[in-house]
Amino acid sequence: MVNLIWVFMTVFGVVFAIFNGTMNEVNEAVFSGAKEAVTLCIGLISILVFWLGMMRIAEDAGMLKILAKLFRPLVKRLFPEIPNDHPAMGYILSNMMANMFGLGNAATPLGIKAMEEMRKLNGGSNEASRSMITFLAINTSSLTLIPTTVIAIRMNYNSANPTDIVGTTLVATICSTIGAILIDRFFYYRRSRKG
Amino acid sequence: MGIVSVISLWFIPVLIAFILMYGTFKRVPTYESFVEGGKEGVKIAVSIIPFLVGMLVAISVFRASGALDFLMGYIRPGLEAFGIPADIVPLAIIRPISGTAALGMTSDIMATHGPDSFIGRLAATIQGSTDTTFYVLTVYFGAVGIKKMGDSLKVGLLADLVGIIAAIVVVTLVFGG
Repeated sequence: MVNLIWVFMTVFGVVFAIFNGTMNEVNEAVFSGAKEAVTLCIGLISILVFWLGMMRIAEDAGMLKILAKLFRPLVKRLFPEIPNDHPAMGYILSNMMANMFGLGNAATPLGIKAMEEMRKLNGGSNEASRSMITFLAINTSSLTLIPTTVIAIRMNYNSANPTDIVGTTLVATICSTIGAILIDRFFYYRRSRKG
Repeated sequence: MGIVSVISLWFIPVLIAFILMYGTFKRVPTYESFVEGGKEGVKIAVSIIPFLVGMLVAISVFRASGALDFLMGYIRPGLEAFGIPADIVPLAIIRPISGTAALGMTSDIMATHGPDSFIGRLAATIQGSTDTTFYVLTVYFGAVGIKKMGDSLKVGLLADLVGIIAAIVVVTLVFGG
């Protein structure tokens, strides 16, 4: 699926450029896209190093286990495949909390750690497990309580009340998260019916 | 709102202090643990590079060639039939694909229509209530080497659709059309 989409975007783009006379822009896009990706990753290094360092201390001190224990009843329902007190649970919870407070930068390293733990649970297979798909669905639907970036942009354009979209964003994000969980469940049952 | 913004301001520094104090209390070799964990961060960041380069080049080519605008021209009338404002359509489509492009469009919409217009608020709500599905998928799966994504992409994109529809309904109810 990803392979197809990837090839489609690139090939359709190039073929379209032939008829649209945008070959120049496409040439530029190849290099600017690659550069943007590397810049993004370099920018991630600082955050990843700092947060994974911090989280290692938290893990060594047993904080993630405590966190996992506290919220087990709720998260257990979302991730039935993850055993109690498993570190994956702690990372999933920390990731969700970081997301809720709009700390996307802190959320990414935690999410990656969560994925790593879930992969171990899945026997190191390179296939996405049920828990991974659920986790991604929740993450892509965003859990933000305060959309800081958007508020900043609204301030930039002299909004009379930059924060008045907080309420609507919250309702929309709750809908999309519930939607994500339901859609994820639906696909899971379809998969398991097929065997 | 006041409390929420105070929490988001204090959260990280207090969390850092708390982790360090708790670690010391539990006799964890804090600095050494930090360095060990940090080393992993470097590895992960470097290993994501090829995944993101591949994805972002494809997206940039698709956008720069004009193919995206072309396809949107076809999708737009269908969406407008459902009462979705035309100006928001490009944003709704680009939001799951490219975070920076979506941010640019949101700014652009606010510059043209004003941040307190209906469209401006709708753009802000869409921007805030969904995440860049392609980016999350690429980074998370890339970092740990998951090659078979299963239903992830479908689930992520359908959830985005739910989020965008919810945003349109809520903003229409609260701020009027």
